[in-house]
Amino acid sequence: MALQDICNFQSVFEDSLTTEYPAVPHGKKIASNYVSGLPFSNNKSLFHFYIPVAEYLDESPIQFGQISTVQNCSADSSEDPFLTSSTLPTCLPFASSQSVPLPFPMAHGTTTLAFMFQGGVLAAADTRSSCSGLVACPASQKILPIHSHLVGLTSGTSADCALWKRILARELRLYQLRHGRRLSTSGAAKLLSHMLHPFKGTELCVAATLCGWDGGEVDDGCDYHGGTETGPGSHGETTKNQMTEQKNFVDSTNAKVSLAKDERFSFSEQCFIRKKMNLSGPSLFYVCSDGTRLRGMLFSVGSGSPYAYSILDQGVHWGLTVDEAKSIAREAVYRATYRDAYSGNCVDMYHITSKGWTRRNREDLKEEYYREKQRRKHEKTERRDVTFSD
Amino acid sequence: MEYLIGIQGQDFVLVAADNVAASSIIQMKHDYDKMFKLSEKILLLCVGEAGDTVQFAEYIQKNVQLYKMRNGYELSPAAAANFTRKNLADYLRSRTPYHVNLLLAGYDDTDGPGLYYMDHLSSLAKAPFAAHGYGKRFILNLPSFTVRLIDKEGIHDLEKLTLGAK
Repeated sequence: MALQDICNFQSVFEDSLTTEYPAVPHGKKIASNYVSGLPFSNNKSLFHFYIPVAEYLDESPIQFGQISTVQNCSADSSEDPFLTSSTLPTCLPFASSQSVPLPFPMAHGTTTLAFMFQGGVLAAADTRSSCSGLVACPASQKILPIHSHLVGLTSGTSADCALWKRILARELRLYQLRHGRRLSTSGAAKLLSHMLHPFKGTELCVAATLCGWDGGEVDDGCDYHGGTETGPGSHGETTKNQMTEQKNFVDSTNAKVSLAKDERFSFSEQCFIRKKMNLSGPSLFYVCSDGTRLRGMLFSVGSGSPYAYSILDQGVHWGLTVDEAKSIAREAVYRATYRDAYSGNCVDMYHITSKGWTRRNREDLKEEYYREKQRRKHEKTERRDVTFSD
Repeated sequence: MEYLIGIQGQDFVLVAADNVAASSIIQMKHDYDKMFKLSEKILLLCVGEAGDTVQFAEYIQKNVQLYKMRNGYELSPAAAANFTRKNLADYLRSRTPYHVNLLLAGYDDTDGPGLYYMDHLSSLAKAPFAAHGYGKRFILNLPSFTVRLIDKEGIHDLEKLTLGAK
């Protein structure tokens, strides 16, 4: 990954192990079967835990038991002064060691993006895992399903992301068993954020975007304010987050809870007065190992994100159809892979609706690249013909 | 860079914060709220290091609410400010100090409005006006403010804010 370039990883071999995306716990097959086998008849909105199987893993010689040792190695061997953060207070907006100045901090070598629209949540990512300037794996999986209605995009160190996704999946499952209902995306993001907090200042690097659909659970006064039921109006409201809206604290009972109002307010309101809130709908959160946790309508993470943002900022709005949304997401990833060296190969796309997530077949972007090259050549010859004919 | 500003008047405190949540060069959110409601009449504004802000502010927020639940009445703004400062100071010389800059604004029924300035080195000062961020350098050395309000009825003079006021 781009990050590791600065880190000057000593052992490239170990890194190529970590950067493989081990999406399935081969070694833990027993546990996974156990999870999927149990019936839960009392919970109507039960989701099924997805056990992802990556096709290429059948040929891969990597055994799963190595994950923990490899992770420890990567934590030890990486010389990463740039990630060590705030043990000494600095005035910089982002914490970086004082020893070597960076022009700007290198982002994680990937392009992932996700946005909400009327048809649910769409998540897309490239499939290149890079390490020390070479492509470690051209077919990695950066979108990891966590359960049937929650999908996580990963960016950062591959091993860290895969591990923490699994830990999150386990904790969500335990929550569901203990409380009889599914934890909302907001709660899952909070849980992940709190689990990552003790590792702040270490080289752990996880930047995850959680995309989910919260079910129609009702009446939890002190529950985390999960997905919202706002429609297109929410976009306009987000710009008007003024002091005057504080008066609305008392009125936060009204069904229309705008996205602009941070969930903290409604949470504290609920602690004082129990309210029946309707938590349902799409939900999108960005969680980072430095402690950031943001709810939003559109996120893109990674070294290719500036390029992706330029496509998304102009094209994404609430009223997109599913096909339009898919083509915009694909275009954004394609443009990012076009320019960014650390993103490339194929594009994965997941669409989350009230019925769960659906996965589009992985598409190789080099076809698109060659199609475009043909088009350009064609245009150039056309233009030349036109000028000659004058 | 993140920016907070607070101005205390005769019977009000006015606070404002920017709405950007940035991650290095990318603005991740344009509508991010940096104010945390501690109680009915106390607001905490918090900027600084990415995760520390929310963690610390929510910790203070929950503890203030817990106090109300246990004792039946709310903490005063002065008490809340001192509690916050104490927590900052306790963590300052630990392995994990919180790098956050805060403004606490509140209205006490007996003492009136109050604005408290706290920074990451756990200093605490009650001030008539305060700011954090690049803008701080422009506001903090001003001895006084002239404040006028313009609304549909015209221009109104408000109380002049000076350093010696409260």
